[in-house]
Amino acid sequence: MLDMTPAVLSERAALRINPCKTCQPVGAMYAALGVHNCMPHSHGSQGCASYHRTFLSRHFKEPAISSTSSFTEGASVFGGGSNIRTSVKNVFDIYNPDIIAIHTTCLSETIGDDLNAYIQEMEIPEGKYVVHTNTPSYVGSHINGFFNMMCGFIKYLSERGSAKNGKAAIFPGFVNPGDMRELKRIAKLMNTPHIMFPDTSGVLDSPMTGSYEMYPAGGTTIDEVKALGACEKVFALGELTGEEPANVLDRKCGVKYELLPLPIGIENTDKFLMALSRFSKAEVSYELEEERGQLLDVILDAHFYLYGKTAAIYGDPDVALGLMSFALEIGMIPKYVITGTPGEAFERKAAALLAKYSVEGCTVKQSADLFALHQWIKQEKVDIMLGTSYGKQIARAEDIPFVRVGFPILDRYAHSYFPIVGYRGAMRLFESITNTLMDRQDRDAADEDVEPVM
Amino acid sequence: MKNARDAVLEKYSAKVYKNRKEHIVEVDREAAEQKIAANSRSVPGIMTNRGCCYAGCKGVVLGPLKDALVLTHGPIGCGFYSWGTRRNKAKAEDGRNFIQYCFSTDLQEPDIVFGGEKKLRQAIKEAMEIFSPKSIMICSTCPVGLIGDDIHAVAAETEKLYGITCVAFSCEGYKGVSQSAGHHIANNGIMRRVIGTGDAAPKSKYSVNLLGEYNIGGDGWETERILKRIGYDVIAVLTGDGSIEDLKNAHMANLNLVQCHRSINYIAEMMKTRFGINWLKVNFVGIEATITSLRETAEFFGDDELKRRTEAVIADELAEIAEQRAYYKSKLSGKTAALYVGGSRSHHYQYLLRDFGVKTVLAGHEFAHRDDYEGRCVIPTIKEDADNKNIESITVDVDPDRFSTFLPEDRRNELYGKIQLEDYKGIIPDMETGDIVVDDLNHFETEAFLETLKPDIFLSGIKDKYVLQKSGVVSRQLHSYDYSGPYSGFRGAVKFAHDLTMGLYTPAWGLVTPPWKDEPMLVGTIG
Repeated sequence: MLDMTPAVLSERAALRINPCKTCQPVGAMYAALGVHNCMPHSHGSQGCASYHRTFLSRHFKEPAISSTSSFTEGASVFGGGSNIRTSVKNVFDIYNPDIIAIHTTCLSETIGDDLNAYIQEMEIPEGKYVVHTNTPSYVGSHINGFFNMMCGFIKYLSERGSAKNGKAAIFPGFVNPGDMRELKRIAKLMNTPHIMFPDTSGVLDSPMTGSYEMYPAGGTTIDEVKALGACEKVFALGELTGEEPANVLDRKCGVKYELLPLPIGIENTDKFLMALSRFSKAEVSYELEEERGQLLDVILDAHFYLYGKTAAIYGDPDVALGLMSFALEIGMIPKYVITGTPGEAFERKAAALLAKYSVEGCTVKQSADLFALHQWIKQEKVDIMLGTSYGKQIARAEDIPFVRVGFPILDRYAHSYFPIVGYRGAMRLFESITNTLMDRQDRDAADEDVEPVM
Repeated sequence: MKNARDAVLEKYSAKVYKNRKEHIVEVDREAAEQKIAANSRSVPGIMTNRGCCYAGCKGVVLGPLKDALVLTHGPIGCGFYSWGTRRNKAKAEDGRNFIQYCFSTDLQEPDIVFGGEKKLRQAIKEAMEIFSPKSIMICSTCPVGLIGDDIHAVAAETEKLYGITCVAFSCEGYKGVSQSAGHHIANNGIMRRVIGTGDAAPKSKYSVNLLGEYNIGGDGWETERILKRIGYDVIAVLTGDGSIEDLKNAHMANLNLVQCHRSINYIAEMMKTRFGINWLKVNFVGIEATITSLRETAEFFGDDELKRRTEAVIADELAEIAEQRAYYKSKLSGKTAALYVGGSRSHHYQYLLRDFGVKTVLAGHEFAHRDDYEGRCVIPTIKEDADNKNIESITVDVDPDRFSTFLPEDRRNELYGKIQLEDYKGIIPDMETGDIVVDDLNHFETEAFLETLKPDIFLSGIKDKYVLQKSGVVSRQLHSYDYSGPYSGFRGAVKFAHDLTMGLYTPAWGLVTPPWKDEPMLVGTIG
């Protein structure tokens, strides 16, 4: 497995090997699926939509709808105006969504298609909406595409309104439906009336009933997206990548925002609860305090299986940073932490975390890839890997225990239903990490060392 | 009464109706000819399942090559999505298996503005330093074609500089109308630059290449196992578990066996012209189909001992699966199926389903051409449109030094028409009156046909799978086999039947409706 990966690192300026990111449009598609009755639309070659739908379906094991402009060579030369007009008409005719959310591709971006002008000129049926965002695949990653699509919705739809609606807006970031459900549960327990945007719960975790719904019950409604402009405040989760939509909403509608880390681990969740508490002027509910106490109880009970254990953590910037923070909290050493998404703040924030816990000898890198991570691991092994499915080959090659977390997870089921955010999410992560390490200990133990009680 | 086809079409607007009606055929065995529109643009806005030219070239044909470093030149997405996602298994004896890796130039905005050639050269330099591959295949994505990077010049330079084989494929996603254009482009590159560059002689006169077998779920290995048991020498497989080193010698084989007609018929035809190698359409999916293919292959070589061995192997393989075959037939017989796959599987799997008493009522192709539906006899009548014209069609000349045809002309002529020598009859003639054939079947039509045809089983891809399953119909992926397989040959057939049986009989289907939906739960009191 991966036998050609040498342990000795060489400088690479151009060749990306085994990436730890993908392109913007898939993130935009995912965000658009979090709006109720919305058809994501890919303005480019039909291969893009096909790859993205496939990818989302493989992660969630759910239908992932999207239409496409089906560019041909002609459209690539003469522009995609005719394609998008035909598309919008056909999508409303055939699939009847309330809204079409268009994202661009490297193709339509390179030829400079002006979606703004196209949309202004097209006929849109009464009561229906068409919004767009620019998602050039050669800038940033899928994470940026997700937030750019949010910006697109806000720019087109959010309204200041005549009066504030008393609600908080929660921008959950690029997380699973299970996480969004957990964030909503926490907000409810914190007495915080809110709008979650986007919200893929009830869409990409829809139940089996024997009848297929093209637009399942979940998702932020168009009215809610409009009402974002009348919210009291935004809690934008994801301190590295989540600021832009909150910033856009602030500029457009004057809604102030608080940028918070993704609530992964104890302190990050604490921060989220305190922010909600300050907003709702409600004390942290006993239920959540109890969950926190239970989590700490379990961590202290089992700390000796984790203390000093080294981890390789890889994934999207805010998820990786959250996992790193939690790893430090439970006494582990985040030996290698990488993200494929570019952005130097990642390294700064990670360095600050390491300094806080006085942990040294760790390597952190943005714009990195899994090939480099593997090479580092070959130089100095770790006890566990935390990340997406594409680490499984490294884990196998180097015989390292492996916990799947993040996006994408293509080779396991049901993961997207369970949160990694909040104390409950942390409890689940803790259990996965501990069990994985203990299973390994059991597997490797000599007969005389196998113990029924641990 | 309206037929299923009309019931589906009537919901379309006039313009879409006009387009789609040509792509949907209700089979009529009495009709002299049944024409279907194919290999033409999808209607924008329609949720087509089709992919792009890059997916056909890099993803399908080049991706399985284990000893070539396939470098995607473009932004990161395309390379990422085609990394380890097609189940084209490969084993490299020397541990140098490139298909576990994803290589991309990961183009950034400045590269799009100022050109990406420099980065491509640098990426190749780095690839040479780390991996020293014997061959590099460069595949371009949409923006590369638009900004005008000359990947062919870079490939030529690379060959000179490093003394390796480097082939460039201009397979930008917008080319053509589906994956099909990419197959053609990949075929051209392999034919031009790889096949015929080696000189290793076959070990046996029963030497064959297996074309259009991508070893999904190990299909190619299972087929090869049977062929080798009979005594064939498999020179090269295109391209499942394939290698450039084997492909170089492909011209030394005496017969090309063509499994997936759509994706590889170009090479089959060009090898016939250039090297005189005949090709035979085979199908190793399905028990009866496998038997026919083995017999026809033996018939081609015409050797009595080979025929005897063929029959012995068939009898032995049949005996091995007899019990399971009967069991699964009892579980599956009488069911109906709908098929929607790319290439030839919508046809091939009908044979396999038939083996177990399952009737196919709907067959859809993603990217077929008219000859895949109506048979190769229609090729001369296919009109090119603007989209196909852009796909290079190369012609090859006879290679006077190496042209050699195994069979004498009179023997060949005897076989034409008797076995599927250089012929493919297509899917429509194989179906029954009332069955539906759809080109570029889309999401809306899938849902609509589900309602009108009510198949028990719908075999399709991942984009449909959960739609169908949520509708209460068992769906198995025929692109990935839902991570099972192999499904080819005798053992593969019962494996497939086993998987289908699981899908139909898994107990949870019976629990989908909660009991309180069937039983009044509210108990009132009077007074």
